[in-house]
Amino acid sequence: MRQTLSVLVENHPGVLARVCGLFARRGFNIESLAVSITDDATVSRITLVAEGDARALEQVTKQLHKLVEVIKVHDFTGAPVVERELALIKVNSETASRAGIMQVVDIFRAKIVDASERSLIIEVTGSVEKVDAIEGMLRPYGIQEVVRTGKILLGRGGRA
Amino acid sequence: MRLPGARVFVDCLKREGVDVVFGYPGGVVLKIYDILYEQEIKHILVRQEHAAVHAADGYARASGKVGVCLATSGPGATNIVTGIATAMMDSIPMVAFTGQVATQALGKDAFQEADLLGITMPIVKHSYLVRDVKDLPRVIKEAFYIARTGRPGPVLIDIPKDVTIEELDYEPVDKIDLRGYKPTRHGHPRQISNAAEAITKAERPVLYVGGGVISAGAAPELLELATRLNIPVTTTLLGKGAFPENHPLSLGMLGMHGSVYANYSVNDCDLLIAVGARFDDRVTGKVESWSVGSKKIHIDVDPAEIGKTVETAIPIVGDARLVLKALNEVLSPKQHPEWLAQIASWREKYPLHYKQQPDQIMPQFVIEQLYAATEGKAYLTTDVGQHQMWAAQYYKCSFPRQFASSGGLGTMGYGLPAAIGVQVARPNDTVLSIVGDGGIQMNIQDLITAVEQKLPLKICIVNNRYLGMVRQWQSLFYGGRLSSVDLSLQPDFVKLADAYGALGWRIDRTEDVRPAIDRALAVNDKPVILDFWVAREENVMPMVPSGGSIDELMIE
Repeated sequence: MRQTLSVLVENHPGVLARVCGLFARRGFNIESLAVSITDDATVSRITLVAEGDARALEQVTKQLHKLVEVIKVHDFTGAPVVERELALIKVNSETASRAGIMQVVDIFRAKIVDASERSLIIEVTGSVEKVDAIEGMLRPYGIQEVVRTGKILLGRGGRA
Repeated sequence: MRLPGARVFVDCLKREGVDVVFGYPGGVVLKIYDILYEQEIKHILVRQEHAAVHAADGYARASGKVGVCLATSGPGATNIVTGIATAMMDSIPMVAFTGQVATQALGKDAFQEADLLGITMPIVKHSYLVRDVKDLPRVIKEAFYIARTGRPGPVLIDIPKDVTIEELDYEPVDKIDLRGYKPTRHGHPRQISNAAEAITKAERPVLYVGGGVISAGAAPELLELATRLNIPVTTTLLGKGAFPENHPLSLGMLGMHGSVYANYSVNDCDLLIAVGARFDDRVTGKVESWSVGSKKIHIDVDPAEIGKTVETAIPIVGDARLVLKALNEVLSPKQHPEWLAQIASWREKYPLHYKQQPDQIMPQFVIEQLYAATEGKAYLTTDVGQHQMWAAQYYKCSFPRQFASSGGLGTMGYGLPAAIGVQVARPNDTVLSIVGDGGIQMNIQDLITAVEQKLPLKICIVNNRYLGMVRQWQSLFYGGRLSSVDLSLQPDFVKLADAYGALGWRIDRTEDVRPAIDRALAVNDKPVILDFWVAREENVMPMVPSGGSIDELMIE
């Protein structure tokens, strides 16, 4: 199964290595990872998506709780959330194809943030599925490079 | 008061009640050794850092206090890695200090630099790199707290050289504020009442007890629970001493080399009450067929242990002493005459046994004689292998902290240095270090430390001129192809003892075993090596093969 965790940690050097080490040791690939400080500068939030056997993931989550520098672990798998990912996509663009690309950009409410003779950079924000979808639509034009931030999310409603 | 980091280090240790540090000096810890010169804390100089960390471990196991070791950066620090992993696997409270290159040299491949924090990350309970001397008092306070509370374990503190030299306005730290670390102590009341109900209903209960009972100081509560409700008790290797093994309710050790009756009892019980034990593979063998008919209560201070290996009907996260106390308050006395009679018949049919051989010393006989000569009151350390299992089977422990052995990691070379730590913690008690002829050679250099400290260790080498446990597996499971296990070329341990200034005797006749032990017990100012030349090909039995189930149990 695929699990989405939001982990609040002390904003110290080395904490990310401790967290990721727990996943690596058990052979889980972290599919997506986003880290930043929160409203409290002493606290960072790690949002990560990992895929693996449910029981093994439960064990990793328990091990995460045991790390002294981990303050809180929220499992948002299947929970109501607002989730976003940001991607920059560099796509081939000739005069002939430009209009088609701009149409795709419009449909997804994305933005063209850089233009040159042979390529465009498109910025898109949205759910992981939306980013996947625009990437798919742009692929026929020839994608040169893609960078994605990894998913970030907050639970809907009151603070968990 | 302006004080250098090294001075603050020593003061913080004194405040934590540390009375001995096992260590080895080097370049980046010179300032610390300069302060240790004033002898406010006893420092024991080992001859290899392995010994420092294992001695700190032995000291912690025997005393219940936090063991402390100190090593220099780079090679000194990497030498303590095995000992840290040993302490982690067995949940031993320890604070390990390593020197580090100066902060401005960090990450530049400086002389004797190694990233100890990175190397030890998966094998510590927690670790610190102190980048600013102002953090030192807080870090040391937190480290000792983390090491000894919750599920105990080793904490590493890496201190760069400049941090030991720089001065700070020193104020002792009393308060601890760790928002990410709040161990659960009291069990959930509803789970406790569920457990009490299950225990009351059970017809064939068994208590399965591990090292957690010893570290929680829960042996008296366990004794009360077991005796009031007449529940038989089996312990793990690390649980030895948590329940008196000479008690009629004791089943001895379970698992791969546990007693037949302990394993049969666990297999047949209707309620298994696990306390401070973690369903290790050496206990369960094939977990899918292990104790399948029983309902399981699992009491553990570490929530991550619950459900890790087996499904638990009633999990209770909390301190074993407090949970058992709460159970004792609500449980009424009970008898299980049929169940105990069943166990008694297994005990009679399948006792622990071995065959005496003419002209050969049987290793089990050596342990029995050690037990008899010390009246079961000695503190023990072991190495890892056949002698370890025979010591566990034939030396019946009757009190907590009596038995120190590397259970989880299985660290050869542990026995001698751990015994140094145990004897330092228990200066007036007899300490037996039961070792093999393989393991003793892994840290033999620290015999000189025991001589220097005038520690009257009884180092009992169960010498079969083999790496015996590997030889046993090769004999049983690899068609007798004995590969790299023959140690018949070995040092003369008698001469070796003499060279170190210790005493040493070789014993190769059964009738000489007891007199030699008695002679050794009379020595009180130096270590004695008793080199018992035992039957070479003896196997440890009974045995449940690795990953096997109870019906594959071999009795001889």
